Amino acid sequence: MNAASDITNSPLGQYQKRKGVYPKAVDGPFRRLKWAIMVVTLAIYYITPWLRWDRGPYAPDQAVLVDLANRRFFMFGIEIWPHEFYYVAGLLIMAGIGLFLVTSAVGRAWCGYACPQTVWTDLYQHVERWIDGDRNAQIRLDAAPWGLGKAAKRLSKWAIWLLIAFATGGAWIFYFADAPTLARDLVTLEAAPVAYATIAVLTATTFILGGFMREQVCIYMCPWPRIQTAMLDEQSLTVTYKDWRGEKRGSLKAAQAHPGDYGDCVDCNQCVAVCPTGIDIREGPQIGCITCALCIDACDTVMAQVGRPRGLIDYVTLSDAETEKAGGVVPPAWRTILRARTLIYFGIWAGIGLGLLFALGNRTRIDISASQERNPVYVQLSNGDVRNSYTVRLRNMETRPRRMEVGMTGLAGGRLWQRGGSADTAARTISVAVPADSVAKLTLFVVAPGSGEEREDFALTVRALDREGGGDAHEVIFDRPET
Amino acid sequence: MAENKRIDEPTGTQTVGHEWDGIEELNTPLPRWWLWTFYATVIWGIAYTVFYPAWPMLSSATAGTLGWSSRGQLQAEMAAEAQRRAPIVSAIAATDIAALPANAELMQAAVEGGRAAFRVHCVQCHGTGAAGSPGYPNLNDDDWVWGGDIGAIHYSIVHGIRNPDHAETRMSMMPAFGRDGILTSAQVQDVVSHVRVISGQEPASPSAANGAALYAANCAVCHGPAGAGDRALGAPRLDDGIWLYGGSREALTATISNARQGVMPRWGHRLDEATVKMLAAYVHSLGGGEANPAPVTAATVAVATPAEAVPAASR
Repeated sequence: MNAASDITNSPLGQYQKRKGVYPKAVDGPFRRLKWAIMVVTLAIYYITPWLRWDRGPYAPDQAVLVDLANRRFFMFGIEIWPHEFYYVAGLLIMAGIGLFLVTSAVGRAWCGYACPQTVWTDLYQHVERWIDGDRNAQIRLDAAPWGLGKAAKRLSKWAIWLLIAFATGGAWIFYFADAPTLARDLVTLEAAPVAYATIAVLTATTFILGGFMREQVCIYMCPWPRIQTAMLDEQSLTVTYKDWRGEKRGSLKAAQAHPGDYGDCVDCNQCVAVCPTGIDIREGPQIGCITCALCIDACDTVMAQVGRPRGLIDYVTLSDAETEKAGGVVPPAWRTILRARTLIYFGIWAGIGLGLLFALGNRTRIDISASQERNPVYVQLSNGDVRNSYTVRLRNMETRPRRMEVGMTGLAGGRLWQRGGSADTAARTISVAVPADSVAKLTLFVVAPGSGEEREDFALTVRALDREGGGDAHEVIFDRPET
Repeated sequence: MAENKRIDEPTGTQTVGHEWDGIEELNTPLPRWWLWTFYATVIWGIAYTVFYPAWPMLSSATAGTLGWSSRGQLQAEMAAEAQRRAPIVSAIAATDIAALPANAELMQAAVEGGRAAFRVHCVQCHGTGAAGSPGYPNLNDDDWVWGGDIGAIHYSIVHGIRNPDHAETRMSMMPAFGRDGILTSAQVQDVVSHVRVISGQEPASPSAANGAALYAANCAVCHGPAGAGDRALGAPRLDDGIWLYGGSREALTATISNARQGVMPRWGHRLDEATVKMLAAYVHSLGGGEANPAPVTAATVAVATPAEAVPAASR
């Protein structure tokens, strides 16, 4: 607290320079699973906006489209209007509970396999190994003075990173507009400025987060590891170093020289070398561990080479670790996954999903809402009748124009007509054409005999005039002068 | 205290060196880029105050090198909006008022423009809902003293009603039957009875029977033998339920005794052509608007328009 170096130089100061992490290439079942998940998630991300879905001439033909300008959300056969946003809220709640479910069953699997930060960092590290070489070559290159060779490698690496980042930011905007049109506009520089700004921002964040921040995002920026720490319990699978089997560490030579003194760990440090967050799993469970299981692959490879059983580092629950340490029999994995907590989470998750599906199947695609004009509430007409007016909104949520009949139930002797029309045409019903996928706003004049209740309830109704039919009603009040 | 720094055994973390009653603080350093981010926000903040209005000075704040101001932004937005509306407004100005309702799109724009103009120029008398008040007509209903087709409404707005210094204004002069001694006080009451009978507010009575003869002699020339009124003369209907000044005995007595001479300003010389047309369209859309007069009568009107007919009749 007296010297300037105190502030910046770790470990004595309050701020710490990032330690270099140079994860070594590794192969094994978990690494191959990660490859597969990377391919699938990246493919979904890049390809989805280009999928087509025929919705007829009145709606876009993009399978997944968030149409912010027109306030519509299209997902294959489902179209969501702004007032139906609770479906999206329901999906978000499902995503949240789904993470609880996954966390309580298999620990931080999201972090280790599916999180975009993990997937893109993995991709960037692969590029890095392709340009700079594996772990040792990277360490050497980092320490080497700047020269032509190092500059060339750095520039080519950054260029490929930038290209990936640009593709990532570029793919994002296609979810918000017709992809082929937008792609053409982008190339001809005719797209909206916000499109270019979004690409620029996402390119920059992908480049920085995937290329340079990496594990710092998980350790310092992301709230999820903290939440997951609270979600984990003794029954959750975590990547565990079986210290009761591994300790005391020692080389093969030492173990041969002093049989019985050493455990299975040969202290080869491969688990540390392959770790993408640069931690030592042998120190026990820690917040820096994203449970990507690459250390399991690395350790299993080494164990196979030295002829010892696999699984010195393995997916184990904390309680199973205690059992195994005490020499007990470990229950099979499905017993820990299918336990009350995970089943309850699954029940809630599935219940919300079924509820959403049920609501989706039952929703109406035609809707009327009406509000009475309050200024003036009523108008006295010269023949003794009284007139009220109503602002009426007819929602046609089908992607085709529909003819609808607006009428009324109740209000004896009442007749209505539309503003802009003539009072001579007043009738019990009127017919209105509502354009596809839109709301028609009408002002309706309703006239009724002056004798009657001061405030009379009645309903304005709508009915589709085509074969599919369907309808809706909205209760309103008809006001008359005080008598 | 720096010399007190030591490694905390259970966590393997160094302490910062403070100690209060045996409680020590572990040093978990923040990443250094965090500090750079903080410096970057400071630089951003300073740059912002250079580019945008920020520092308070004696008379006003610093202007900022970009020259941006919220007032300027508003002006630019208003100008852009005026530019967007310009072709619509000029199209309305160029359209004949009687032809406006036939053009649905233009009519809709005119109604919305008229709604805004009405809020500025008309609500003081006619009210925000155009429902009027005693002496100021309700524009929502179907009872029109001077005509309810869009052309007649437009004429009323352009020329006003009973403007003393304007030759083409709507002009009608009901005599003050009581005050000027044309009718006695009792005769006025008889006429009131008759008017309340034909408007359905009272049962027939001897007073009303007396009034009927007086009505035929004094009132029918303008208001019609049955009280149907005459729009060409600006003589209101007396046989309906709508009263500009009230239909009670007291109100009718005052009206017949002293006459009513309500005045509406003319707007033709105060507002531009498009605005007046938009106001006419808005009033016409309120629910009482009538269709254009049929072509046959239009020919007759062309010979004797209300402008010519009314002064001739009142002379």
